[in-house]
This record gives sequence, structure tokens and C-alpha cells, in this order.
Amino acid sequence: MKLKFAIVVFPGSNCDHDAYYAVKQVLGQEAEFVWHKEASLRGANVVILPGGFSYGDYLRSGAIARFSPIMPRVAEFAAAGKPVIGICNGFQILLEAGLLPGGMRRNRHLKFICEHVNVRVEQSDTPFTFKARVGQVLRIPIAHGEGNYYADKETVTGLEKNRQIIFRYTSSDGELDDICNVNGSTAAIAGICNAGRNVVGLMPHPERACEPVVGSADGRVILESVLASFTDDSTAQVGLR
Amino acid sequence: MMKAKVFVTLKPSILDPQGKTIANALQTLGYGSIQDVRQGKYFELEVDTSTVDHARALAAEVADRLLANPVIESYRVEVE
Repeated sequence: MKLKFAIVVFPGSNCDHDAYYAVKQVLGQEAEFVWHKEASLRGANVVILPGGFSYGDYLRSGAIARFSPIMPRVAEFAAAGKPVIGICNGFQILLEAGLLPGGMRRNRHLKFICEHVNVRVEQSDTPFTFKARVGQVLRIPIAHGEGNYYADKETVTGLEKNRQIIFRYTSSDGELDDICNVNGSTAAIAGICNAGRNVVGLMPHPERACEPVVGSADGRVILESVLASFTDDSTAQVGLR
Repeated sequence: MMKAKVFVTLKPSILDPQGKTIANALQTLGYGSIQDVRQGKYFELEVDTSTVDHARALAAEVADRLLANPVIESYRVEVE
């Protein structure tokens, strides 16, 4: 049986086709675009909020998109413990919607950064890192101007304590280093999950790093993980769904 | 009709990279006495109401919900 991925399309989404291609061609699963004004996620097993510039990033990245008609459906889907991943702008939308804690500031040096970075996997008990190894360093591209993650001290302490920090910017050896924290994020955070661990948001683009021909296939493990979380018996042991 | 003005700024504890860059530019222009700049957003809301209190409450409500992100920003409302 194939899994069905809903890829939510907002006005200004521009990585929706990358996600579609990765799901359909690389993973061999079913993918459907769901326009943000639709009233249903059409029975999908996994929801992807793709990257881009929803509503032109007007006001704040993700601030308008979070009020789209599909978002209450996404919140229900998340509350039911089903897997949701927000990539880049999708992560920003999840933050604005309050489905993940924290907010985004402009990158530390104000530059729009478009390059491959090294991202260390911090936890493997989420549907999106299930097949990855803790400490594994993935080379994945980022492309954002507003990815400088911020959360207050108390929130970050909570994230640490509950192991909700899922990805960090590191060197290629997996070492934390201020220079490698390219956008200046609090605690070098590149991605987090919610308390239920089924909602993951990250700034890097795994869907753009699924085949060696595009420079890296390291992002593939993130999509393969969600697949395995449905099929693998051992998921029960790590407390997934 | 009332006009409500909403001023949104990053919380004081939060680094403002844009403000910092503007401050540096002002230093370069010779305005050495300008020590720091905080950049914010300004909104004018035309509110169909006759009471100041209602306009103020409404402006605060939409500032909380949409105009400001309470995680990183604070806001101030003025009504005239």
C-alpha cells in the first residue's frame, strides 16, 4: 500500500513541486497538492507544508498563511498524532500557527543564505528522523532570509529537557561552532518537534537533497523515515503513534 | 470613525539585525551620537466605532492575533 502525502500549496509556495517530486519519484509514494483554501486534507497519511514565500512574506513569514482555511484541518491532523512536516516557510507557518514553539528573526547578518549546510540529527524518535542515526550529519541546502530561530530561555530549556530539538547546525564533523550556525539561531536550532513528536519543522530543505545528481542525497533519510514509521514494526518500541 | 495606530517592535531582549545595520550606517554617515536603532512596524486602522475604548480594544485584539507575533514582538496602541 502506498502512503498518501498532502502537500499544502499557499499563494507563494515555491518548493511544492520539489516536495511532490521527492515523494512521487524518489519515494514512490502518492502525492497530492492541496490548495490552501480547500476544506479537507483528502485522507492523507502525511502532511507537508512546503517552502516558499507564502503571501510574499508580507507582515512576517507565515503570518498570513497560518489563517488559511486548511490550517484548522492541519491542526486537527497534528492533534490526532499524525505526521506533519514544515519545511522552511512551512516551519515558519507552524511557528506562527502555534503548532511549534518559538519564532523567526531575520538572519543574523541580514543576508539571504542559499547554500548547503551541515545539519546534525539530535533525536531519532520522530517520524521524520526514525531512520537516521543520532549524531548523523546531513548535508542539506538552506534558502532563507528569516531563519534565525528564537525562543526565550524557558522555552529552550523545555525543548532541551523534552528532547524536542531535532536538528542543529554544526560543522561537517558534527561539532557545534558559531560560524556554522549560519543564521544565528538560538542554540543553533535548525529544526524542532512538538511535545507529541509528530510535528516537525526545519529550515533546511531535505526534499531538495534526495538524489546525488543535485549535489546531495542526505535529505532522503527524512522522507524515508516517515515511510518506515508506518511500515516498521519497531516503531512501537520508540513510541511512535 | 476612529483611527487606531499600532506600533510593533521587537521585544527589547531580542536582537534586531536590521536596526543594528541601520545604526551602523548612521555611524558611517557621521551621526556618532545615535547609539542604537530599533526598527519596527506601524499600522493605521480605520475603525468604524464611536468610542475610543472600543477602537483601542479592537486594535489590541488584532495586534495580538495578527499584527504582532507575541513570541518576539511587543506593541503599543494609540487612538485618535
